Amino acid sequence: MKITVDTDLCEVHGDCVVAAPDIFDIGEDDDVVQILNAEPGEEYRKAIVQAVKMCPVAAIRIEG
Amino acid sequence: MQDVVAVGGGLAGFRFAQGLREAGYDGRVTIVSDEKHLPYDRPPLSKQLLAGTYTEEQCALPGDAPDVTWVMGRRAERLDRERRVVVLDDGAEVAYDGLLIATGRRARTWNGPMPASGVHTLRDLEDTAAFRSAIDADAKVVIVGAGFIGCEVAATLRKEGVSVTVVDVAAYPMPVMGSEVGARAAAIHEAQGVRFRLGRGVAGFEGEERVTGVRLEDGELLEATVVLVAVGSVPNSEWFEDAGLSMDRSVVVCDATCTVIDASGQPVPEIVAAGDIAAWPHHHGDGAAVCIEHWSNARDMADLAAVNLLLPISDRSPMAATASVPTFWSDQYDVKIKSAGFLRAADSWTIVAEDPEKPSLLVEGHRNGELVGAIAFNMNRSIIGYQRQLAAPAPS
Ligand SMILES: Cc1cc2nc3c(=O)[nH]c(=O)nc-3n(C[C@H](O)[C@H](O)[C@H](O)COP(=O)(O)OP(=O)(O)OC[C@H]3O[C@@H](n4cnc5c(N)ncnc54)[C@H](O)[C@@H]3O)c2cc1C
Ligand code: SF4
Repeated sequence: MKITVDTDLCEVHGDCVVAAPDIFDIGEDDDVVQILNAEPGEEYRKAIVQAVKMCPVAAIRIEG
Repeated sequence: MQDVVAVGGGLAGFRFAQGLREAGYDGRVTIVSDEKHLPYDRPPLSKQLLAGTYTEEQCALPGDAPDVTWVMGRRAERLDRERRVVVLDDGAEVAYDGLLIATGRRARTWNGPMPASGVHTLRDLEDTAAFRSAIDADAKVVIVGAGFIGCEVAATLRKEGVSVTVVDVAAYPMPVMGSEVGARAAAIHEAQGVRFRLGRGVAGFEGEERVTGVRLEDGELLEATVVLVAVGSVPNSEWFEDAGLSMDRSVVVCDATCTVIDASGQPVPEIVAAGDIAAWPHHHGDGAAVCIEHWSNARDMADLAAVNLLLPISDRSPMAATASVPTFWSDQYDVKIKSAGFLRAADSWTIVAEDPEKPSLLVEGHRNGELVGAIAFNMNRSIIGYQRQLAAPAPS
């Protein structure tokens, strides 16, 4: 599975960090979310699907 | 269940319909909405749409439109629980075996004499377009109400150099966040050229055809070509007021599973509610039902209501601990304001970090010494920590 974030959309709401802390992170000064692991294993799918659903601007995409 | 009806086509109604399909429900879903538009997102209205950086199309809610029968431009007028029908304004009846109440709120309007034009409110796409088109470079805008919407609109207009004065009876803007945050927010707005008249009420509006000014209670006259009344919202509850449901300050009361409670205190298995029209028992509200008018609350309630409606009462789960932490954001100038927790419960505020240059700010709210909420300006990482910390129910 491949994770991408549309950086034009992301407003650093951080809901994805709450949903999937191993995959996403935000620094205090960041304008967009950081992807810690862009090609995570299947064990993270549930948390990432949750992150996709939580994001207020639908910035996160899962491929595969 | 074969006939699920959602009344209200806002964020809650839309996510609920998506949630039903995701949960595998394959019966009929009908969304009744009194708006002309398919569901859209409200937060950008006072920000990107007003600023002109988003089009109306870009305010559409994300995600695939679920397989839904739309009943648009029709208002629900009555709920007949015995016959399980929703009666619409044209007399038509929509039968349900499962129902979502999600009619949200509308802007509170000024109750007093008003000029024929020039006084606006802001809740939907039409309001935003009308307000926007009334403003030109020479406009003198007076905003009545220094809450989130009033402050966001002030910031959006100041970025274009429009003259803005904000009036409120409160002593500082966005009073729900307490005086520490309020004072700093006022300073940020003033540095950008917003004029405040705080601690002062509005007596009325001047002008007959068009508004020409706003008269304050102490006699001061503020010149105005356009006025925005942003004094909060009222629930769209009239259509179910006689249906024998438990109500609190005109919103419907649910339990923690989003199942609606009737006037005798019993759950109504076939009716759930979500969003700005619903109150549910929050662990920082002393177990009392509270209505949280935030985007994330409408999202979380709608997602849960969809799953739970399909289950028998005994199998329904309550709001997840993380979802039960109210979160809110507001963008003003280059300041990203975020909050986590139940701010209304706070009885004291403590500044944890501050850098006026950046500007950044971190404030905690406590009640009887227990952390109930936090507010951050431009400290996006810190607020996530609070979201996690507050997710754990308070020890009882
Ligand atoms: C300008 C603005 C900016 C905001 N900014 C933020 C923000 O930055 N962050 C944040 O967290 N929250 C923000 N909010 C709040 C957030 O938008 C709401 O919490 C959210 O819209 C609630 O969704 P809802 O579906 O419960 O209600 P609503 O969005 O109010 O939707 C209810 C729908 O039901 C319709 N309806 C009403 N009565 C009837 C009836 N009788 N029959 C049929 N249809 C009916 C309404 O027309 C509406 O379409 C903002 C709100 C506004 C207005
Ligand atoms: S939830 Fe969405 S907007 Fe927020 S940080 Fe994650 S990707 Fe960005």
